[in-house]
Amino acid sequence: MNILSLLILIPLLTVVGILLVKSDKLIRQIALAGAVLQLLFSGWLTAQYVSLRNAGATAQMLFESSRVWFRPLGINYHIGVDGISLVMILLTAAVVLAGVLVSWKIEKQVKEFFFMLLLLSVGAYGFFISLNLFSMFFFLELAVIPKYLLIGIWGTGKKENNAMKLALMLMTGSALVFLGIVGLYFASGWYGGEHTWDIMKLSHMHLPMNVQVIIYFLTFIGFGVFTGMFPFHTWAPDGHSSAPTAASMFLAGISMKLGGYGLLRVATYLMPDAAREYSWIFIIPATIAIFYGALATLMQKDLKYMNAYSSVSHVGFVVLGVAMITKVAFAGAVLQMVSHGIMTALFFAAIGMIYDRAHTRMSNELGGVLKQMPFIGTIFFIAGLTSLGLPGFSGFVSEMTVFVGSWEHTGLFYRIATILAAASIVITAVYILRATGLAIWGTITKKEYALLKDAGWNERWAAIILIAGIVLIGLAPFLFMHLINADVQEIFNRLAAG
Amino acid sequence: MINESIIILRFEWLIALMIVVLFVLNLMGVDKNPKRFMNIVNAMLVINFVAGFIPIKDGYLFQGFYHTTALIVLEKNILNLGLMLIAFSAKQWIIESKRPAEFFILMFSSVLGMYVMLSSGHILVLYLGLELSSLPLAALAAFNTDSRKSSEAGVKYILSSAFSTGITLFGISLLYGAVGNLGFDAIIQHIHEDALTLTAFVFILAGFSFKMSIVPFHMWTADVFEGAPTPVTNYLAVVSKGSVIFIFITVLYTVFGKLENAWLLAISVLSVLSMTVGNIFALRQQNLKRFLAFSSIAQVGFVLVGIAGASNMGTDSVVYFLVIYLLSNIALFSIVEAISDETGKVTISDYKGLYKSNPFYAIIFTVALFSLAGVPPTAGFFGKLFLLTSGMGSGMYVLLGFATINLVLSLYTYLRVVKAMFIDPEEERMPLIKKSVLTNFVLAVCLIGIIILGFAGVFYQYIDSISSQL
Repeated sequence: MNILSLLILIPLLTVVGILLVKSDKLIRQIALAGAVLQLLFSGWLTAQYVSLRNAGATAQMLFESSRVWFRPLGINYHIGVDGISLVMILLTAAVVLAGVLVSWKIEKQVKEFFFMLLLLSVGAYGFFISLNLFSMFFFLELAVIPKYLLIGIWGTGKKENNAMKLALMLMTGSALVFLGIVGLYFASGWYGGEHTWDIMKLSHMHLPMNVQVIIYFLTFIGFGVFTGMFPFHTWAPDGHSSAPTAASMFLAGISMKLGGYGLLRVATYLMPDAAREYSWIFIIPATIAIFYGALATLMQKDLKYMNAYSSVSHVGFVVLGVAMITKVAFAGAVLQMVSHGIMTALFFAAIGMIYDRAHTRMSNELGGVLKQMPFIGTIFFIAGLTSLGLPGFSGFVSEMTVFVGSWEHTGLFYRIATILAAASIVITAVYILRATGLAIWGTITKKEYALLKDAGWNERWAAIILIAGIVLIGLAPFLFMHLINADVQEIFNRLAAG
Repeated sequence: MINESIIILRFEWLIALMIVVLFVLNLMGVDKNPKRFMNIVNAMLVINFVAGFIPIKDGYLFQGFYHTTALIVLEKNILNLGLMLIAFSAKQWIIESKRPAEFFILMFSSVLGMYVMLSSGHILVLYLGLELSSLPLAALAAFNTDSRKSSEAGVKYILSSAFSTGITLFGISLLYGAVGNLGFDAIIQHIHEDALTLTAFVFILAGFSFKMSIVPFHMWTADVFEGAPTPVTNYLAVVSKGSVIFIFITVLYTVFGKLENAWLLAISVLSVLSMTVGNIFALRQQNLKRFLAFSSIAQVGFVLVGIAGASNMGTDSVVYFLVIYLLSNIALFSIVEAISDETGKVTISDYKGLYKSNPFYAIIFTVALFSLAGVPPTAGFFGKLFLLTSGMGSGMYVLLGFATINLVLSLYTYLRVVKAMFIDPEEERMPLIKKSVLTNFVLAVCLIGIIILGFAGVFYQYIDSISSQL
């Protein structure tokens, strides 16, 4: 068996373990053990990857293996990782572990909750390691429906509607993706000599321009729905805010990144000519998402809505980076995916902790959190600072890289987009500092808040893991750059070659 | 010669033998003790199912009026499985109905008709089989003689069935006028696109559409599904529909293969109509049996997308999908039946909070619904997407666009029921349903099948290997 399959097998066995045991305590422990094991394994895998690369492994994908699934249709379970997928796997492992930790106190249907959460993670891991478009799509869809139940059952507010909205919009996105990849399957047979779903094979084919254009738009918009690209972002704020804390963390932290990864790996990499010609079109919705998302955030009083809209804005940078088609911008997009994934997970975790205690998420009703709950107040503040791009934290590094990459284009259009995107950081500072000022600093507004307890051990650990990630990227971005550099170069070369 | 006809006609002989045994048992009065009688019938069905797997050579009989191939054997095995599972899950109801012999004689006659139809090599044999398979169904639909709705269902079914038969027959006579022969081989040789042949084709297509309940020939479906006893509905939705779809592909691909340009458009239009109307009407249903009726209409629409692929992949994906469709629907109907037998509740709002009161049923119901909606990791995901992939093969992009819209629409439809079971607060607590062993067995088989089939690429490969021999 290929070692990479463990990435799917560990969460899968965890899921089975959860189903088999009865007591809630045991379920939590199994889920935690599975998540910890997965994070350790991902770390070990990364170390292996780096040492292989240093030893001179030149293959584009490492740990590659392929198994026939549906032979007549050319569907294989073909897996392999490069630097980009590895950082996404690390991100997923960290966010899932933190998600399990913050959900420790969930009392309602514990078994089902952890079952769904870990099933979602199976989808994410499978998606990042798949090199066959069909199996990739299988895992993408696997990561949609459990969200519906997670939000519908454990959510808050108008959860039924928001869960349905999310499920249908993501399903529409994936339907578009499916049309695109089926198109690729047939086009590869008609123009490339062999019907195939295989990304590695497709990446060596040159399809006619008119075919590329259609498939490019289908897949870009399809994956764009997952990233919350304007105007398909409406599922994101509603879905995020209704979801239970761990699901919000997963949704914003990983789910939206599935889209970003697909934009890069499928839409851009496999349709290079179309991407070169038409990617500028997507700069417009990306810039709108960044700017409009930031403005919309200004209006939010509900902290969860605030972070959800801010996610739309931040993930806009990913789309912007991908659409800019420069090597640095690609690297920035990947970094931004990881950085935002960790940061937003931390943010949602902090908001969830506050909500669990104060039973409100309204920034104007809260106040003095820092005094009463110094730990939670601090992690909220750290997440905020990362969000507004303070140097030393990950947000600064990744957004800066995107801007630098974008600035390589000299056209007026690109310059305007870059300037607008950069300007959004100012707005970010406004809403973050205002929310922090209202909710975290200041005096304690209600008497009952004085009785609230600070974070428990589980919440502390969740926060520490995520903050470690943020600081690591912020202070030592070269580690990650080193990991993804060659792969970003490969994608860029294919685009430049045309 | 005698030997050969026994071996090649094995499936039909077995069913006929079972009918005779039932008559004898009836005469001996064994059916006065329904429990014992049911055990005998179930044992026979198991033997029948297992015997289906004994290898059998391809062959012709009666100058090509009857033939069998590996694909036909597989199709009959699939139907055998469906028949067995339905009989198992219906045990309780049949015992209470007090007329088990009658029920099974009718059902087996209908199955006999289907097998003749599947193996037919001549349109008259096909017609004979079609009739034999649908007439007993009318009696079955009206099996609850003391229920007005059941009688209504029976009458509706027989009328619409007779009407569609008339249309088919008219088409067949026109075809005879155009080609001069009704043997499949002769038609394949002599058919060519002209006005008379096309008219004949349209009438025959309309007749088939009635049986498959394709929009706009679906009017009977919801009422009959609702009125008929649940096991009969199950049989109608799964075995009856499945067998007609099986023979429909053969007729379309081989007999009318040369008219492909003409029927591609017709199939596409019917497909879009069925999917859209099925999904939209399913949205408005409260009664689960009606809901499943419209869902089955929509599913047939998806099957037509696969058929529109007009290639080997079309056959593969349709056969593969139908197995999944069969398992999913049997699971759904078995649960509807178990719950309505016990409590008389059949509406979606009755199912609110089902997960709290009967988690086992709720989970299997959800998995089966997800399988129909095409949500991974259920096999329905693969089945649905293979149908769509097949449809893409013939370049029907508009059809595919509609199919993807309907994929989302159908998810909404099915999620509505899932929501009732898992999310909505219960209005009136449903008692814990007594679980009969056989029903549980059926559900377990369906559940395992729904999960396993998606990962068993071998099965798909097997279908592909036998369908490419044709």
